[in-house]
Amino acid sequence: MKLKKDIAISDSGFLFNPSSGDSYTANPIATEILKYMQSGFSNEQIIVSIMESYDVERSTIEKDLFDLESMLSNYKLTR
Amino acid sequence: MKPCYTIAVTGINAIDSPGPGVPVIRSLKEASSFDVRIIGLSYEALEPGIYMRNLVDKVYQVPYPSAGTDMMFERFRYIQSIEKIDFLFPNFDAELFNFIKLEQKLRDELGVRMVVPSLQQFESRNKVNLFEYGKNHGVKVPAATLVHSAREVSAKLVDMNFPIVVKGKFYDAKIAYTNEQSIQHFDKISAQWGLPVLLQEFIPGTELNVCGVGDGAGKLVGAVPMRKLYITDKGKAWAGVTISDKKLIELTRKLVKETQWNGPFELEVMKTVDDKYYLIEINPRFPAWCYLTTGAGQNQVESVVNIGMGNDVTYFRKYETGKLFIRYAYDMIVNMNEFEQISINGEL
Repeated sequence: MKLKKDIAISDSGFLFNPSSGDSYTANPIATEILKYMQSGFSNEQIIVSIMESYDVERSTIEKDLFDLESMLSNYKLTR
Repeated sequence: MKPCYTIAVTGINAIDSPGPGVPVIRSLKEASSFDVRIIGLSYEALEPGIYMRNLVDKVYQVPYPSAGTDMMFERFRYIQSIEKIDFLFPNFDAELFNFIKLEQKLRDELGVRMVVPSLQQFESRNKVNLFEYGKNHGVKVPAATLVHSAREVSAKLVDMNFPIVVKGKFYDAKIAYTNEQSIQHFDKISAQWGLPVLLQEFIPGTELNVCGVGDGAGKLVGAVPMRKLYITDKGKAWAGVTISDKKLIELTRKLVKETQWNGPFELEVMKTVDDKYYLIEINPRFPAWCYLTTGAGQNQVESVVNIGMGNDVTYFRKYETGKLFIRYAYDMIVNMNEFEQISINGEL
């Protein structure tokens, strides 16, 4: 899943969608995933990167990633 | 060396449903191409702008638009015998008709310039003519019908689906979900703003606004789209943010080109979930949030003065997105003698 190009994400996890004017806050893990998405990582690359950094099971990341993607899609932040 | 212009501004009623005068003055004060001396023009003694001595150098009361153009011109003749007003910003819809009528006379006889739409431009974008206007210029406008009596409301509702929007000819709009509610809104709005009242199709979506300026020759001088983030119970924006919307800018550019719009304007647009844009209203003046355009990098107010004064004009091509305005209320302490002066002498 790809984020819209013009979405701005700050290091603190603040998102701004300049085409709608909506803003959101993301927790630290979501912020990290969003940054990976912005860098063009595939879902597999995101999962591997998170597993390298944290002591977490693959199934948990997969579920969280799926939830985050649904939310992003719902908020029309993806293309 | 920069010129110093004396500029008169109406709409200095910075109340909960504010006029655009104070934000226009703030933009004028930030102009880089000229300095200003500000003359505030008020209708009532309690308009807050009268007492904002850091923004307004001198204030004169002027007659209400209903007094007619002759009274207004005579008042200007008096004011001009004291001041040397170079440029005038009318900021109310209700006064614009008179000022458009007086434009040439004010310029030729008193040397006061304005940048206002022509009478034809002003009338054709009127809410009551907007549906036709949209058809003529290839822009989607919600279907609407005019009513002059409560009985007529019921008759017209037969062909409409609820909800509908009931609108006054100058201000005010309310959503109605039933026949009875529509008649209630009609009674209230017609009592306050007169007849006719407009019944308009309700378009669900996100309301977006554009503040812009046309140069009168079909070119867009500047345009900044904004989405309201916080709305008061009067439906006025208390906070908003500049957004990036190329389609909306193109729509604005097209309208300005088609209509050869002269001067400032505000577009009120509904964007539907399937990305269709419906023009809801065109206000023929700067909106109260126009200082946001200055904050976002387009001092459109300055451009309007430069158009009027025949100077070089900046045509803006970009602005900063993600700039917010957040309005606030502020209590000023005013001495009774100031209130007395404006009340008794009509100037301060």
